[in-house]
Amino acid sequence: MSEEPSQLQEYLIYFAQIHETFRKAELDSLSQLTGVGIEWKEYSDVSPFAIVHLPNNSSAKALIERSILAKGIYELWGTGPDYDHLHATIKSQTSHLWPSCMSRTFKFEIECYNGKRKQSAQREIIESFAYLGLDGEIRMKEPDMIFTVLEEFPEKVATPTRIFFGRRVGGGSRALVERYDLKKRHYIGTTSMDAELALVTANMALVAPGKVAFDPFVGTGSFVVSCAHFGGLCLGSDIDGRQIRGKSGRSVLSNFQQYGLVGNYLDGFVSDLTNTPIRQTPFIDAIVCDPPYGVREGLKVLGNRDPEKGKEPVIRDGVLRHLQDDYVPPKRPYGFLAMLDDIMQFAADHLVPGGRLCFWMPTVNEDFSQLDIPSHPQLQLVSVCVQEFNKWSRRLITYSRTQGCAQAPPMREREDRNGSKKATADELNSFRKKYFEGFRSSEL
Amino acid sequence: MKILTTNYLTCALRACKSHPNSFPLHFRDAELQQDSLPFNAAFIANILPRIDWPALLTTAAELGFTNLPAEKPDTVDEKAGMELHRILIETQVVEGKLVCGNCGHDMRINE
Repeated sequence: MSEEPSQLQEYLIYFAQIHETFRKAELDSLSQLTGVGIEWKEYSDVSPFAIVHLPNNSSAKALIERSILAKGIYELWGTGPDYDHLHATIKSQTSHLWPSCMSRTFKFEIECYNGKRKQSAQREIIESFAYLGLDGEIRMKEPDMIFTVLEEFPEKVATPTRIFFGRRVGGGSRALVERYDLKKRHYIGTTSMDAELALVTANMALVAPGKVAFDPFVGTGSFVVSCAHFGGLCLGSDIDGRQIRGKSGRSVLSNFQQYGLVGNYLDGFVSDLTNTPIRQTPFIDAIVCDPPYGVREGLKVLGNRDPEKGKEPVIRDGVLRHLQDDYVPPKRPYGFLAMLDDIMQFAADHLVPGGRLCFWMPTVNEDFSQLDIPSHPQLQLVSVCVQEFNKWSRRLITYSRTQGCAQAPPMREREDRNGSKKATADELNSFRKKYFEGFRSSEL
Repeated sequence: MKILTTNYLTCALRACKSHPNSFPLHFRDAELQQDSLPFNAAFIANILPRIDWPALLTTAAELGFTNLPAEKPDTVDEKAGMELHRILIETQVVEGKLVCGNCGHDMRINE
């Protein structure tokens, strides 16, 4: 699109009315990524419409291009509680723009949020803009300009209470949600992250062409696939190699093949984050993960449940057992909070300055307080987004790696969190315990 | 296992990690595969400063690639970038082992 000389710096963003607490955080991340400064003027979780200040049309288009949760962005020409007010503001504020719209092809669109308009009513609305004097040809396919009327209806009311009018400048990437839909993916598992939130996570992690992304709990690869879509070069590891290798030709690699992203898959390898084989050096731009929390999958690390056991090497058929090909090393249950501490330390050790850590964390609604968000001296909290379920919720927590050398933080209550080595999965992990108790309130 | 990845892997044993012999790990019985993948100049430029060059030289030489410069270049032109791309991204060991030079433990590679 050519640069429009424009006095207006006010833009309307039309969001999907879903995952509300992620929407602003996603665009703030894209603002960081594209370098387009964004100033929020009006935003509310209960409305799909937000008003922002941006430098110009091309920056507005660039800002929103990768967004999963924003549908479109409009150069805002006017707004009002009804059509009289709307037309009055358009006439008083935008008449200087009208001449530049002459002789250009155009079309009108009407977006009704929470409501419907019959075709005849839509036509009537469009006719009411006749005063703009547009004399270009009307073209439904790829016109030079798309003018959009956006109406917001309250619940069960037939007339809108807020109306916006603007010229469409750009659209988001919601179509990707369909393209990466898990139902159409060849290789998935019980813990695969849905496409929409995996893509949002990649945006929050600032994954971009040529960057290195890593998922230490890669599983079936849902996060690395979304990172690869945005151009990241991906590494994945998992304590369970069967997940990475898959079977019958379905594997993490085959997912990359399915989407034509093989060039963005570096490697998948078996490893345990708490005993990582990764050299301690900052080389990763983005760490994205949904750590196991012990409900659908075991939360285990390498080691013996009984610290006294397993010290003596076992020999079978004259060969040390642990050197045999089918040897499966012993694993012990581990606490979720201890795992989070390990992830934080790993991120501090391996992220480049400005690199991002994004992880998902489940919580019991009544128990959660802001204090439960893990912290680390080299990781600055960027955002906390919540997806609510009935009695529990999960949060996407994003951090940015600060400048400076990594140092081990004082591991407060570290041994406490880890529990005695013989503890059961329930004792180590209060979320798991509550989940299987059906989230009964503690007072009952 | 791509050559690039081995530039970031060491032995997982805590006792080995601090020992210089544990990095880089050494390929044994390596079966090489040469892929053809799109050249990504942005990635090469991004990763170059983060590569441990002496370790890369060691690994590359063990697999028969001896035409890398002895010192890490600050920037690479397209020709040198393509060569790095060929070694780091397009070459992979599909079967074999990675061996720790300190404890001698080997880790299997299979696709």
